Amino acid sequence: MKKKFNFAFFDEGSKREIRRSILKAIAIPGYQVPFASREMPVARGWGTGGIQLTLSCIGQKDVVKVIDQGSDESVNAISIKKLITDTTDVEITTSTTDATIIQSRHRVPEEELNENQIIVLQVPTPEPLRDYEPSETKTKILHGEKEYTGAKLLLFEQIMKYNTMATGADHPVEVNNRYVMAPSPIPKFDNPKLNESKATILLGAGREKKIYAVPPYTKVISLDFEDVPFEVENFKGKSCSHCGASHVYLDEIIDQESGSVSYQCNDTSYCLKRRNGEIQ
Amino acid sequence: MAYVAVRGGQKAIEKSIERLKYKRLEKKKSIKTEDIEASFRLLIDQVLSESSLYSRELAAIALKQAEGSVEEAVFLLRAYRSTLPRKYYSRNAESSSMFVERRISAAFKDIPKGQILGASFDYTHRLVDFELKDETDEDARKFFRKIESKFKKEESEIEQFPKVVDYLKSEGLIAKIDNDDTEPRDTTKETLKFPASRSERLQILQRGMSQAVIGLGYASLRGYGAVHPTVAELRVGQLPITIENPNNPTSEEDSYSIGSIEITEVESLVPVTKLLKDGSHEINFEIGYGVTLGQNETKAIAMSILDQCLERKDEGFATSDEEFVLYHVDSIEATGFISHLKLPHYVTFQAKLNSARKVKGNSDEKEI
Repeated sequence: MKKKFNFAFFDEGSKREIRRSILKAIAIPGYQVPFASREMPVARGWGTGGIQLTLSCIGQKDVVKVIDQGSDESVNAISIKKLITDTTDVEITTSTTDATIIQSRHRVPEEELNENQIIVLQVPTPEPLRDYEPSETKTKILHGEKEYTGAKLLLFEQIMKYNTMATGADHPVEVNNRYVMAPSPIPKFDNPKLNESKATILLGAGREKKIYAVPPYTKVISLDFEDVPFEVENFKGKSCSHCGASHVYLDEIIDQESGSVSYQCNDTSYCLKRRNGEIQ
Repeated sequence: MAYVAVRGGQKAIEKSIERLKYKRLEKKKSIKTEDIEASFRLLIDQVLSESSLYSRELAAIALKQAEGSVEEAVFLLRAYRSTLPRKYYSRNAESSSMFVERRISAAFKDIPKGQILGASFDYTHRLVDFELKDETDEDARKFFRKIESKFKKEESEIEQFPKVVDYLKSEGLIAKIDNDDTEPRDTTKETLKFPASRSERLQILQRGMSQAVIGLGYASLRGYGAVHPTVAELRVGQLPITIENPNNPTSEEDSYSIGSIEITEVESLVPVTKLLKDGSHEINFEIGYGVTLGQNETKAIAMSILDQCLERKDEGFATSDEEFVLYHVDSIEATGFISHLKLPHYVTFQAKLNSARKVKGNSDEKEI
């Protein structure tokens, strides 16, 4: 019972169905389009939303980059790349600028993307109001009525408790002056990169069965207050111990023997290019 | 170096997969999938139901590959299912056309055409049978030779039975319910939206994790939902499946038979108190429905309880909350999301750490 799979795993009918949902998502920036999320050979929560977007858009000429936590070498990125190459044979790259489709978990690359690129973000929890309202029926109504007090309230409570907005990753954004959207668990550091992005941003939540998108050149504003403005993670005075970059998202590395702390670029492809002198 | 450990990379994955195969074959034995099919009938039934893919052969291969883990086997089959084009929907199958192998009613001692115990663990004592340790294929054949002539005769007697619920309806004990011929929605092709239709609910419960469905059904029975049903009929048997003849789609006679599937079907009676216009109360019975691929009796009964809970929507009970029940019983979703916690989270954790440090800095200032 040996069986070969279709190009890009899915049957063509499934791909077309998913692409229709993507088109709807692009037409209504930030709106979560429900779609019939397929069961994948990868576990739910391990990027199945992103994989479905990638596999339904991919063509033979595409060049794909997959990163997980900023790294092309991370175990799950390797695993996803293997699934993509096993079923499509397309070219794989680690270079951000060479890729036509970039699938990413938890990061937007440091190098600026261009109009010919699609970035696919893997989303665990697409609903920005979920912490405030557990019911899907109710959050759908709140979005319909543009009733986003809940999202602001969550931030306000943090300010009351901690004197600052204590969100880690997944700080909510407002897209195109309309929908409040979960940008997926990218650090706040990456939120500004979504604003007026030249590349198409697709977000896929496989388990929650939602697709949403930010089309190129769309306004994306991180939620904040006049007196407590949005701030990204602060790495002031720190720089990458390999390439010396200082205006990037850094990983904290603790030396096992001495216990001393150093920093490295989280975006490994960016760091490598700097060390090779390909970019400044 | 910690960094390398987190990156892992290609080599580590390859070695890990090799190690997995090593573990599977460590004892230098490889079970034949036909042996799995032959010996683990009910395990296969559970996998069929949860993966909603009716193929005993594929289920046996998946179980072999998954080293007997139901969660993994279901995962394999569901993923495989995504690659199959959906060519046809079957015609409606009436369960009264089922060839019944087992059929019991807890509501009545005498039901038309009688009760059939069939194959069941219900009245066995759960004492470990140590003799099975040495049972051989020859023993199996011997047993069969002894019993075969009798068995053959019984098998030829398998037939179709009227449904207990129909009898109750004809007696006027349950209100006549009009046929609901709304086209069922296919939850594998459309996203679940709320309020869900009954067809969607039943599909999701059918493919739900057996233990999760049983757990929630039990919660309702015990007190969180207070549905205490009586099983009007539980039946297990082969249900013939047909598809339309494209040249004559409306004709039942002209339709094509594509085989039969084994299902378990449960109809439970749940007493409900109805307030009449004159202020007095009347007790009525409503029906909870459960159906599964294969013989999964406890699951099917629990499903009939949950069907009734979700139909009635008692406020205040989680088991009556559609989103609570339907979102959390699926194996792929539950096991996937929980296992994703094994993935590295250092970017998000760094972001959280950054916030925590910032907050800490703030609170230090406040203390002064």
